[in-house]
Amino acid sequence: MTQLPDGRYVDDAPYDPEASLRLPERRDLDAPNWLLIWRKFRKHRLGLISGIFLLSAYLLLPFAGFFAPYTANERDEERLYAPPQAINWWYEGKFIGPFVYPTTAEADLETFQWVFKPDTTRPMKLEFFCRRGSYKLAGLIETDLHLFCAPEGATIFLLGSDRLGRDVFSRILYGAQLSLTVGLIGIAVSFTLGILLGSMAGYFGGWIDWVINRAIEILRSLPELPLWLALSAAVPSNWGPVAVFFIISIILGILDWPGLARSVRAKFLSLREEEYVRAAEMMGATSGRVIRKHLLPNFMSHLIASATLSIPAMILGETALSFLGLGLRAPAVSWGVMLNDAQNLASIEIYPWTAVPMIPIIVVVLAFNFLGDGLRDSLDPYDH
Amino acid sequence: MEILRYTIYRFGTMLLTLLVVSVLIFIIINLPPGDYLSNQIAELKASGQSAGVAKAEFLRREYALDRPLWEQYMIWMGFMPGPNGFSGLIQGDYGWSFEFDRPVAEIVGDSLWLTVLVNFAAVMFVYAAALPLGVLAAAKSRTWIDYITALIGYLGLATPNFLLALIMFYYGHKYFDLPIGGLMDPVYEGQPMSWDKLQSILLHLIVPTFVIGTSGASAMQQRLRANMLDELGKPYVETAIAKGLSPARMLTKYPLRVAFNPFVADIGNLLPSMVSGSVLVSVVLGLQTIGPTLLTALKTQDQFLSAFVLMFVALLTLVGTMISDILLVMLDPRIRYEGREA
Repeated sequence: MTQLPDGRYVDDAPYDPEASLRLPERRDLDAPNWLLIWRKFRKHRLGLISGIFLLSAYLLLPFAGFFAPYTANERDEERLYAPPQAINWWYEGKFIGPFVYPTTAEADLETFQWVFKPDTTRPMKLEFFCRRGSYKLAGLIETDLHLFCAPEGATIFLLGSDRLGRDVFSRILYGAQLSLTVGLIGIAVSFTLGILLGSMAGYFGGWIDWVINRAIEILRSLPELPLWLALSAAVPSNWGPVAVFFIISIILGILDWPGLARSVRAKFLSLREEEYVRAAEMMGATSGRVIRKHLLPNFMSHLIASATLSIPAMILGETALSFLGLGLRAPAVSWGVMLNDAQNLASIEIYPWTAVPMIPIIVVVLAFNFLGDGLRDSLDPYDH
Repeated sequence: MEILRYTIYRFGTMLLTLLVVSVLIFIIINLPPGDYLSNQIAELKASGQSAGVAKAEFLRREYALDRPLWEQYMIWMGFMPGPNGFSGLIQGDYGWSFEFDRPVAEIVGDSLWLTVLVNFAAVMFVYAAALPLGVLAAAKSRTWIDYITALIGYLGLATPNFLLALIMFYYGHKYFDLPIGGLMDPVYEGQPMSWDKLQSILLHLIVPTFVIGTSGASAMQQRLRANMLDELGKPYVETAIAKGLSPARMLTKYPLRVAFNPFVADIGNLLPSMVSGSVLVSVVLGLQTIGPTLLTALKTQDQFLSAFVLMFVALLTLVGTMISDILLVMLDPRIRYEGREA
């Protein structure tokens, strides 16, 4: 502490007048772009949770067969429309671990329905890491190991069984494989088309721009579903499930690109006049190189965010098509195919569990929406 | 005068678009190999029924299906005279439905008007629901009202239309005694319009309108809220409050009018998805719109019927978009001179 001649006191500690200005921003100035995005995204709670949920869901997809107690088309002819079963832990006041009661089917001659009565005298323990129906892990490795399955003589229908006595829970897991990937393939198609056509229109201008713009306008002004229906009706009925799956996702993508192309074009129109673009052109860069190296990186992150927001539309699209019977077909399992069973009111009223696949659909669509919102908000780290 | 010129211009572009769309639809319809009649002929020949073959062959010639594709298109549209007086779409001859063995015009009949009615009701519902909710959510932003509307909005966006239809259908009947299925009581079908019939139709419209409109209303409500929030942060709002305007008057007099623009413009984006939704919902709820007809026609490759229904659906959206564009120009003088950025 020293006293200045005019009587004021000044602290002796070294002081840099600009340090306080620099210090909090130093970290941000050095940080790479993705780190800034990540920092901002982390604060978006809902988006973060949705992102983690979706990531784990996609990572677990190849192992759906392992977590499912039954295989996709395994039938239990004795138990059609069996109601959901609970897993119990306590038997007569004693903890004996997870078990189920075996059920017996009786015909109710008044309502003409099967009534399933649990036999509460015989608790049967669930088996873990057991060997049952064989499936292909990740579509490649043939195995018959399941995480858990019902003991011999009992069943484990966590979410009930459907019209043909197939386990709804297992089918939801298998259905996720198709329902979740259909959106990814569709978005890949729409992304490629959208970027290609949008950047061509925005960069070259002139008649190319005019033609592409008109195409965008026309496609955007048409209702999607009837066109989807018409295109899917054109898929020959003798094609295998895999081919149908690919063609359906491509159809979904083909009609989705205009929205993306329009935003790409708008960005290009404004960026085309920048000095660095002219510099690159004067140094002899080809149009392709200018587009790829100088223009696209500017708003790639925005495109990813908008792609995230359009995946749910594709998932819903697949569901709707399969629901109407024009999308994926029977041996293939997807959530839409499963909901096809719940098409009439009677089944919803009497067997409400056949409509359960709607819950994963809603959850996944919501998650994609939240993730997209979070990404969109955090993609401009410099914008406060 | 400006408006009139714009209307004529907009009408012209709509017609051109419709022309392109007709080519597109014709191509899509002809994508699957074979057509209804040649499939039928093959089937009949296989089972040895020669009487049917003659009729099918006759229809094939009658509707020019034995000609090259481009000629078929010209005849279908009515740009070229067809054989035996088949005059094409633009002269009001929609062709023959092979599946139902009746003229297309007879099959679609009333359902065209019902389709328009359902979609119109849904659009009205979207506005009626989105406007108050969006304004309320913006005015009370970051309170429980905002969060609840946001939650409902997100759920509305995420629930597939057809599932919402089934759920509403079930609970609407169980708890509110709303009628199940169809657009009117079966008693009134084919009857001339009367007061009772109108009432019956209105009662049947409640569930479909709600179902078709929900996702659109959620999207629009969110956008209106965002626009309103942008406006509410501006200094003029602060001035208005400082001068002692009541909150309701302040909201409706200034920010709402500015935020209202995109609200009208959006109908162009909204309409295609609503028409899509109405097709799907009609199938689930068994409404007598052209949705179910389209599905059967597509499944059986009944080309004249499905092509006509697709054309009609496209026309419906194009006309709707055109009307919204013209309304927008009347509402906002700025757009009139600059032209709307595509």
